[in-house]
Amino acid sequence: MPLIDRRLLSYFDWTLFAIVLMLEGLGLLTVLSASYVPSAHRMDPLFVRQLIWIGVGTLLMAGAVLFDYRALVGYSYPLYVVAVLLLIGVEVIGHSSGGSRRWINLRLFKLEPSELAKIAVMFVMVRYFRLEPPPGGWGFRHLIIPFLLLGLPTALVLKQPDLGTAIVLVLITGTLLFVSGLNWRVMAALMVAGMLAAPLSWHYLKPYQRTRLVSFIDPQADPLGSGYHIIQSEIAIGGGGSWGKGFMKGTQARLNFLPEETTDFIFAVYAEEFGLAGSLLLLGLYACLVGRGLWIARHARDRFGSLLAIGITGMIFWQVAINMMMTTGMLPVVGIPLPMISYGGSSMLVTMAGMGLLISINARRHTF
Amino acid sequence: MAKFRPKKKRLPVPKLEPRIAVISALMLTVMAVVAARLYYLQVIKNPEFSQLADRNRIRIRRLPAPRGLVFDSRHRPLVNSRPSFNAVFVPEDSDNLSQTIEKLQKLLGDDDIAGKVADAEHNGRAPYEPITVDENLDWQQVVALETHQLDLPGVGLEITPARHYLYGDLAAHLLGYVGEVSRNDLLRLSSYRMGDEIGKFGLERGWEPYLRGNPGGEEIEVDAVGRRLRVLREIPDQPGESVVLTLDLDVQEAAEQAMQGKNGALVAMDPNTGYIIAMVSHPAFDPNTFVGGITPTNWHKLITDPEHPLEDRVIQGIYPPGSTFKLVDSVAGMEEHTLTPETIYNCPGGMWYGGREYHCWRKGGHGRIALHRAIVSSCDVYFYNVGLHLGIDRLAHWAHLMGLGRRTGIALHGESAGIMPSSAWKKRTYHQPWYPAETLSVAIGQGYVAVTPIQMVQVVSEIANGGIRYKPQFVRYVEGLDGHIIKAYPPVVEARLHIDPDYLETIRDAMAGVVNSPWGTAHRVHLDNVTVCAKTGTAQVIGAGKAGVRSGEPEGEIPVKYRDHGWLVAFAPEDHPQIAVACVIEHGGHGGSSAGPVVHDVLQKFFQLYPPNAPRLVGEPETADMAAR
Repeated sequence: MPLIDRRLLSYFDWTLFAIVLMLEGLGLLTVLSASYVPSAHRMDPLFVRQLIWIGVGTLLMAGAVLFDYRALVGYSYPLYVVAVLLLIGVEVIGHSSGGSRRWINLRLFKLEPSELAKIAVMFVMVRYFRLEPPPGGWGFRHLIIPFLLLGLPTALVLKQPDLGTAIVLVLITGTLLFVSGLNWRVMAALMVAGMLAAPLSWHYLKPYQRTRLVSFIDPQADPLGSGYHIIQSEIAIGGGGSWGKGFMKGTQARLNFLPEETTDFIFAVYAEEFGLAGSLLLLGLYACLVGRGLWIARHARDRFGSLLAIGITGMIFWQVAINMMMTTGMLPVVGIPLPMISYGGSSMLVTMAGMGLLISINARRHTF
Repeated sequence: MAKFRPKKKRLPVPKLEPRIAVISALMLTVMAVVAARLYYLQVIKNPEFSQLADRNRIRIRRLPAPRGLVFDSRHRPLVNSRPSFNAVFVPEDSDNLSQTIEKLQKLLGDDDIAGKVADAEHNGRAPYEPITVDENLDWQQVVALETHQLDLPGVGLEITPARHYLYGDLAAHLLGYVGEVSRNDLLRLSSYRMGDEIGKFGLERGWEPYLRGNPGGEEIEVDAVGRRLRVLREIPDQPGESVVLTLDLDVQEAAEQAMQGKNGALVAMDPNTGYIIAMVSHPAFDPNTFVGGITPTNWHKLITDPEHPLEDRVIQGIYPPGSTFKLVDSVAGMEEHTLTPETIYNCPGGMWYGGREYHCWRKGGHGRIALHRAIVSSCDVYFYNVGLHLGIDRLAHWAHLMGLGRRTGIALHGESAGIMPSSAWKKRTYHQPWYPAETLSVAIGQGYVAVTPIQMVQVVSEIANGGIRYKPQFVRYVEGLDGHIIKAYPPVVEARLHIDPDYLETIRDAMAGVVNSPWGTAHRVHLDNVTVCAKTGTAQVIGAGKAGVRSGEPEGEIPVKYRDHGWLVAFAPEDHPQIAVACVIEHGGHGGSSAGPVVHDVLQKFFQLYPPNAPRLVGEPETADMAAR
């Protein structure tokens, strides 16, 4: 048997690959612009690092393409255990930045285990729900183990605190639950319970999370304080206009009015410089990516592959949706990166691995 | 296609297919909502957000324009703007705030820099906004700052134009002063900003729109913390326009010199145009002390000074005109035909009226005299009779025509109208009828009548020029930066009095006698080459009578504050008058001896510069035409 199955190459999803490359290219440009310092006459280290992450991520993607995703059934629990252990490790030896403890310093780079948690939780959920549900769909008793599997990393992530990732974990799980056949009544009950619990959760929010919520409802209440991020982000995006201020010409980011301009708020930098045209291009690329992912889910060879495609697509989609809605002022500020655009190695590697798996699922629908 | 294994028979087991469709629809909807939101922000709200983005990054720094220059009638500068070196401090740039402030205080010799910094912070200074800690540094302070630059992080020098009055207190009340724009002014004037300079008084106030110019500015791009990054756009300032006065520096200096050590006012005017040649109010102040903000101590000193240096006595000082009023009596009497040049009254040294004796200043009396001699000797009894025959209302009518009891309309703020009483006035003010005896006091310029020096110079000008009342003006024209005349101020005729030229000739002749005849009271203003016409006056100070002081007592024995004010009004030459002067010396005693020497010096200087028979520069018709062009 040759090292690489020929069918993998002939059924390689070039469209998806092209979308991924385009997104990464746009991301790279934006990171360059956001981190540009006029006085420095050399390549910005952030740009170079992102370039390296793209390279490593592409290798990882290639590896994932070659990898038979069905083997993940066996790897998902060990990976989950590693992710949870790393999350615990963050609590113990974590590196904090900006008021939260999210990273483990590995000298060469800083690992962000919450990014790994996204894919690990997704894997165990896909593994758990890969079997056909009983007639009538998954009932409450089937949900006990998944909820425990979700609860542990979510609690650890919330403790960092990282509300954004916790929300993404819940949404990925919810999406898989729904698609894999959750009983409608159970789903309705869960939603009602969630809505009832929402006011209660106020008590469990950190003060800064509460002020974010308040300032989301009324950003002008404290424009230089907690409402600052939303206001400045909207100014950047709105100031971009139809065609943008031009590459490297966005004043909001360059003059440091924008917070977190290379990570969570990178979309504001992008939208300011490239305008509505650029924003819609980016949104369109994501829509193609999500659409392609859903197509692969529908055409996958088996239920596991189909659910895995849903999980990966959901992971990308929810991050994109929350990030864009947050930067455009439709949601409160929660820290979530924009996949393939935001600077960050862990997020890049996890996303690229997911893309590789998607391609793998697609290629393998023709093999037996 | 082999997908997952559907088990069609076991419905309603949920299959993946329909649920994927649901989730696809959800995702598509969310993305469409995001797209709509982007359209809203980037297209519909774009103008608003663009503006906000610019407001974020652009700070505008105003750079005041140098104010316009002020010249005398011969284009010699009186007021200009010179660079003022100010110390500015950006606390954010200092690594050790208290140490830098301490060093700065030592170098500048100012102990309150810490206070100024605290004040600025208290008033909500924006980050990186420089604080002006000391203005108008002298050369040594500038050098000290320059040489210690390295020890003073965050301290810099800023050069701004500062008003400079070249001759200190010369014509201070006319030139006025500048100060920081007040809160009230800011509400009224949209083009001013906090901290701008504005003319507060005198010419600086009245000609503010011309003198101010247009401030320039810099659009500075700042980052989120307010650090200045670069200048985006510079708007050059436009210096103010120059004002050319009718004042003659030499005559003004001579007047200031002659008034030295005296309190009072002097105003000299061209009787043919109304142009002011010199204008002095003493005591004065130095407008330079107001530049860059007057210190509270200096301000307190000025406003609490019992001699009121801020008062412009030329337009605000009201004095009884004393015997100078007899000129008005004469005009009114002859015009109303109750008096002719030949009318003779007997002066035995006083007269009885209404059961009371009214004295003449000369106890021995003047005997039987006609108008000429009455003016020359300033006989009180003669003019009591003139007043009685006229009656107060006809007298008031003419006095009013000649400009008494009304503002002259000179373009200075706070002019006083004085008082010219009449029976109606008394009814209005005191609800009492007019008693004829009161006319006697008014006739010799006492009682209710009160005038300002500017009114008196107008009266004497009318006699000199044949009865035309000109509006007193002190600005000849406003000159643009290119030397172009932007606005000219041609003479303004307020009224033509239509006084019989013969009557005026009679009065002028008598006024010449005041100076030149042996009985005259103003020998001190005599000039060898020019026939000067004058009238003296001695105005009793209100309250002096009550204090038991009687007019005519030897001056040395009366306390200064009860001594009479000395008046002298004059014009010259007799035949074609070129200059009219009114001068009052407070508590100077007799007008001839107190105001006389002052007016003499002014006239002498004037005729040195403008010999009576040579072509004149001031008030010459062709120059007036030039100004009007």
